[in-house]
Amino acid sequence: MAWFKKSKAPLPKASDKKVHMPEGLWTKCQNCQEIIYSKEIERNWNVCPKCDYHFRITSQERLDLILDKDSFVEMDVELKPKDFLDFKDSKKYRDRIKAAIKKRAINEAVICGEGTINELPVMVAVLDFGYMGGSMGSVVGEKITRAIEHAIDHRRPVIIFSSSGGARMQESIMSLMQMAKTSAALMRLKEMNLPFISVLLDPTTGGVTASFAMLGDINMAEPRALIGFAGPRVIEQTIRQELPEGFQRAEYLLEHGMVDMIVRRSEMKDRISQVLRMFFKS
Amino acid sequence: MQPYLDFEKPLIELETKIRELKQYSTTDTSFSSEIEKLEKKAEKLHKEIFSKLSRWQRTQLARVPGRPFTLEYVNYIFTDWFEMHGDRLYRDDPAIVCGFARLEGEPCAIIGHQKGRDTKEKVYRNFGMPHPEGYRKALRIMKMAEEFELPIFTFVDTPGAFPGIGAEERGQAEAIARNLREMAGLKVPVITTVTGEGGSGGALAIAVANRVLMMEYSIYSVISPEGCAAILWGDGGMAPQAAEALKLTAQDIDALGDVIDDVIPEPSGGAHNDPEAAAKNVKEYLLKNLNELKYLSPDELVEHRYQKFRAMTRIQE
Repeated sequence: MAWFKKSKAPLPKASDKKVHMPEGLWTKCQNCQEIIYSKEIERNWNVCPKCDYHFRITSQERLDLILDKDSFVEMDVELKPKDFLDFKDSKKYRDRIKAAIKKRAINEAVICGEGTINELPVMVAVLDFGYMGGSMGSVVGEKITRAIEHAIDHRRPVIIFSSSGGARMQESIMSLMQMAKTSAALMRLKEMNLPFISVLLDPTTGGVTASFAMLGDINMAEPRALIGFAGPRVIEQTIRQELPEGFQRAEYLLEHGMVDMIVRRSEMKDRISQVLRMFFKS
Repeated sequence: MQPYLDFEKPLIELETKIRELKQYSTTDTSFSSEIEKLEKKAEKLHKEIFSKLSRWQRTQLARVPGRPFTLEYVNYIFTDWFEMHGDRLYRDDPAIVCGFARLEGEPCAIIGHQKGRDTKEKVYRNFGMPHPEGYRKALRIMKMAEEFELPIFTFVDTPGAFPGIGAEERGQAEAIARNLREMAGLKVPVITTVTGEGGSGGALAIAVANRVLMMEYSIYSVISPEGCAAILWGDGGMAPQAAEALKLTAQDIDALGDVIDDVIPEPSGGAHNDPEAAAKNVKEYLLKNLNELKYLSPDELVEHRYQKFRAMTRIQE
């Protein structure tokens, strides 16, 4: 027999205490954990006003941020990936393609085209991390190669914004070959003395880092962006020890001589414009 | 006895039995009819096993410890070999060997991944996984070959570029990327042979070639089956399934039509059963391919290589 009877209701669980807020009105910063009014983040280039954390943005938002208003003309919009290997893991590749197209409303993980930056005509490519992790398959490689070739034909500087998990496994060897293809195109761009700015965004790893993204005449990175060849988890498993603080972050790469400068999002457009004008006479 | 793979076990047992019978047979008590019968059976079994290898079994064959490595091929195929060391920036990477030698009397450059045989050498060679300095050494030798107008032969056999802290700090990605770009511009013939494992960017970084050849039991893939399984299935143990999905064997890649140029046949049961015979086949293919490239001018070689990789595209129409 119990000495005391439980007369009180049990304490409410922590989860019940949560204040319910309308979806999307407030955003919790992944870095400083502050709860911030979403509109304020948007007004601040999608950067946390408290800690300067750069939230990931879509390829379209990136273009709006960098190019002069209404100057962008997209190329190769219609190119779609093909499941030529009938690749199937837990899902079929063709279903993953369909889902990605639906989710992101773009046909592939890169948007390429021509535009102007402070009135200077440029070729620009932006990888979209939301589309299958920005992975490079045959179409991404093809679009980037075409963009570089277009730049060679029309004497334009090239800017590529990378955010990607690397080569796309579902296209196996053909994805790997895109690394060679895009890098070879950059060899030709270099021969023509046209500047190439590579902007490395959070995150850029694997086959994209190990091809065009590291080949910029100028490599720029956004603050705190994760940039590396192997992913941190793979490295941890291989060497079986914890990774040092800040490992593979933009600041770490700057320190080790892999990027030329870290540029905050709010200053990106003007910085690119400044750099290009140093090397390029239109 | 050679180390053998799981699927070879019934065959090995049979062969052991034959050997024993041969040992016991004397002039009086000959088991010759028995032996003959068993040998026929072994031959049939061998054919049966090797005619329907799964992609995972082929992956295991590509990694079999006894397989000949770059330095053995150098020994069998070339003469006058001397090795070159170091990237002139940091250190010498034993996971990639570079040097110069002669093929049928003609000077050439050689670059290849190098794995180790025993534990000590495996560690010394870092299991054939190069650091950035390995790729930078390779590029130095390739540029030298270009300067002195020598053809370049590369041999690919690596699980991949090494994923470690030092490798990242010294720019593994940059080293690979630079090789891809610079190889595309080389004004001399480049011929790559995938002898074992063609592991992703770590393989491609010495494989942007005019001709890419694969040994019969070699593999070439964007990611290891284990790595692919861990990411897509969330379980590294699904590697056999991943190997099937990746279609990573020489035969699969040959079927794509535009990635490799030749599949080099291996001795029965794999190159490790007769390295010398395997090397003889490789030599034959190297000579054939080099002869075909001989008539291209330096600029044509660059254009040829560019167009080869430029054409590798699959698009939904």
